Amino acid sequence: MKIMVAVKRVVDYAVKIRVKADKSGVETSNVKMSMNPFCEIAVEEALRIRESGAASEVVAVSVGPAQCADTLRTALAMGADRAIHVDSGALAPLLPLSVAKILKALAETERPGLMILGKQAIDDDCNQTGQMVAGLLKWPQGTFASKVLLDKEKQVATVEREVDGGLETLSLDLPAVITTDLRLNQPRYATLPNIMKAKSKVIKKVSLEELNVEIKSDLEVVQVTEPPKRKAGVILSSVDELIDKLKNEARVL
Amino acid sequence: MHRIISTFTSSNPIRNAFFSSIRNPSPSFLCGSSWLGARIKGSRSFSGESSGRESLEYDVVIVGAGPAGLSAAIRLKQLCQERSVDLSVCVLEKGSEVGAHIISGNVFEPRALDELIPNWKSEGAPIEVPVSSDKFLLLTKGQALPLPSPFNNKGNYVISLSQVVRWLACKAEEIGVEIYPGFAASEIIYDNNQKVVGVGTNDMGVAKDGSKRETFQPGVELKGRVTLLAEGCRGSLSEKIIRDHKLRDKGQGQHQTYALGIKEVWEIEEVKHKPGSVLHTVGWPLDSKTYGGSFLYHMKDRQIALGLVVALDYHNPYLSPFDEFQVSNFVKGNFDFCSYTPHTLSKNSRTIRLSSHFLEGGTVLEYVAFTHANAMPIQSIPFPVFPGGAIIGCSAGYVNVPKIKGTHTAMKSGMLAAEATFRVLAEGDPMETYWDSLKKSWVWEELHKARNYRPAFKFGLLPGLAFSALERYIFRGRVPLTLKHGKPDHEATEVASLHEPIQYPKPDGIVSFDVPTSLYRSNTNHEHDQPVHLRLKDPAIPELVNLPLYAGPESRYCPARVYEYVANEHNAPKLQINAQNCLHCKACDIKDPRQNIEWTVPEGGGGPGYTAM
Repeated sequence: MKIMVAVKRVVDYAVKIRVKADKSGVETSNVKMSMNPFCEIAVEEALRIRESGAASEVVAVSVGPAQCADTLRTALAMGADRAIHVDSGALAPLLPLSVAKILKALAETERPGLMILGKQAIDDDCNQTGQMVAGLLKWPQGTFASKVLLDKEKQVATVEREVDGGLETLSLDLPAVITTDLRLNQPRYATLPNIMKAKSKVIKKVSLEELNVEIKSDLEVVQVTEPPKRKAGVILSSVDELIDKLKNEARVL
Repeated sequence: MHRIISTFTSSNPIRNAFFSSIRNPSPSFLCGSSWLGARIKGSRSFSGESSGRESLEYDVVIVGAGPAGLSAAIRLKQLCQERSVDLSVCVLEKGSEVGAHIISGNVFEPRALDELIPNWKSEGAPIEVPVSSDKFLLLTKGQALPLPSPFNNKGNYVISLSQVVRWLACKAEEIGVEIYPGFAASEIIYDNNQKVVGVGTNDMGVAKDGSKRETFQPGVELKGRVTLLAEGCRGSLSEKIIRDHKLRDKGQGQHQTYALGIKEVWEIEEVKHKPGSVLHTVGWPLDSKTYGGSFLYHMKDRQIALGLVVALDYHNPYLSPFDEFQVSNFVKGNFDFCSYTPHTLSKNSRTIRLSSHFLEGGTVLEYVAFTHANAMPIQSIPFPVFPGGAIIGCSAGYVNVPKIKGTHTAMKSGMLAAEATFRVLAEGDPMETYWDSLKKSWVWEELHKARNYRPAFKFGLLPGLAFSALERYIFRGRVPLTLKHGKPDHEATEVASLHEPIQYPKPDGIVSFDVPTSLYRSNTNHEHDQPVHLRLKDPAIPELVNLPLYAGPESRYCPARVYEYVANEHNAPKLQINAQNCLHCKACDIKDPRQNIEWTVPEGGGGPGYTAM
């Protein structure tokens, strides 16, 4: 069985981001980029499933500009067998629905038994791609996975999900889509020898035309601004003053 | 455990990579099957025998992807192309990416780059802002006196060294150099004859208490026929080699002295920005016994580099270079930098309120602190060659202090080392030819001329300036004597009882900031669950010596507030080390009065993340 893992190249989590002067987005030039942390967890889970014998191959996939190849090399260095890069060229970063359509097209060619994604990307926090892909492919989905158990014979995945009310366990018939949450696993370090080997592995390049996917988005980003600066707090001297402020200034009473 | 010992024989010095793998019982570490590389070199080697780690072989291993390391790598590959020889070159870098740990002022003299890559302009080097004006001010508490600029910056450029190093790395990779960021070289590997045969990287995934975490990966050995150490100022491996092989004695004999630089990169309003403007100041806020000064360089894109450098041989244990820098920022606002007419400062300069903010309307982009070798190399340079390799760049210390430039000399030292290395590998010459070529090069000539400037300042600021003027205009380095330094930096700190605590003003959050805010801007991050990389040789010394005698100077000179004295459960002060904040500046390794703190390299990929520095 093949596992397809979708990874995204995002601004590194430790970087202090700034909004561009023209408010069109976040400053990404000359800024450190790396693999989305949830995608790292997804790659790690795929590798563990392969190592347990339930799968034979892990294919890493990424959609984006030429530099995505670096992110795919990290996935290869962690242990993925193959990588596919869907080159979006100089287009603006694609929104989740477009990415989902692309992943659907790839799944139809590659025919994986399992697709694993990170639950959300740390740049847009959309938390949509995994769910949309499952919907488009009409596959069952187990999102926010904190534990995954694969039964090879029965071709069933048991997924424990972190939901608002606690933990929910689902049983999904393969092929299925799983999105990973933080507590699923601790991603492994890519060792130096593996990074060296990954440099020579081939990354298959696919263009958007080949996939024949409609990626025009109905959404347009109008403006990006920083959140308003937090105002200083006020120390009050009595309960009466508090009630007065809540009534007259905050108008919540 | 299933182990494969590989043995090879060949006389062909062709690049090879061979992997010998050891199956590790940990389930998360899956190694590929062992395979023997095709073309093998060199002599019989037993890999993984004693250390149990994977071993990779290169012709040349370079530690540090900075100006010196990359120049050496590029020069080696250029020589390979010229002479049709194939040498494998590997560069290790502890930062998460190339350029992440690179900081410098920087007014760049392109002399070495002109030799290395003559068409750097057409190759797209981010060296675009020529120096347009060059000012030098002597600041006192109430005045700013313009002095003739001692630097000749014509033909130089204002750059971000981090950006230039990234570009150099691209050029290096294009020419076939392998660069691996995120891997820290933590130990030297010797063979049975005490010759350096390579370096070993850190184990990754070790918990704070030393146990192996789920993600544990053992370090890897990188063996090189020649190893070049280009770790930057006070490099951890370089210092070990210098000590173990007594290289300071073999060299010119004197100790090295250092300075701590604190720098911020700001984005300011368009109208106040003049690309290429260069300003240096001496004097206030530092006193006459403390050597140092501040700088302000206008880069491109409305960015400016602004910083304060404090020599670490200062005497007052209550001095906090970080706070001196924040105080000096008050002053910068009071000068009309567009026309450089200084206004008179109020008498109470430490609590100054700004009248015309130069920095107003601007935002801080990045913050950094770094040390650089501040002594004159001629007196303090260690002999840079050891059995198996050499030390290049700031690890040896080639900064031209009166010029305040060290990048061009570091690059040239790397290039000369590369040429010597090539002669070693291709012709069997000894590595000592590096030392000879260094002494015959313009690096030595330049540094020899500049050798007496810095030591003269041990007599105080004004005598130092006076002597500098004499040197610059009259003697030009031809004085037959060579001044010696004062005490080593860590011995220069006087006991706290001789000094008064300094009351620094609170940061205002507009032009001056506190340490956590500044630290956040340096994009510093370390995996928190790892052993503390700042080792105390004697854990009792901080509470027994540093605190009572010197009032805990490490809690002040560390620009990241790594060291804090907090009350323990018995209400007695105890040193707490917040290693995660570390900016890798090495000030503690240099300045600790009893040299009790040893800076070792943490897990690779951690540390600051500079982009605009």
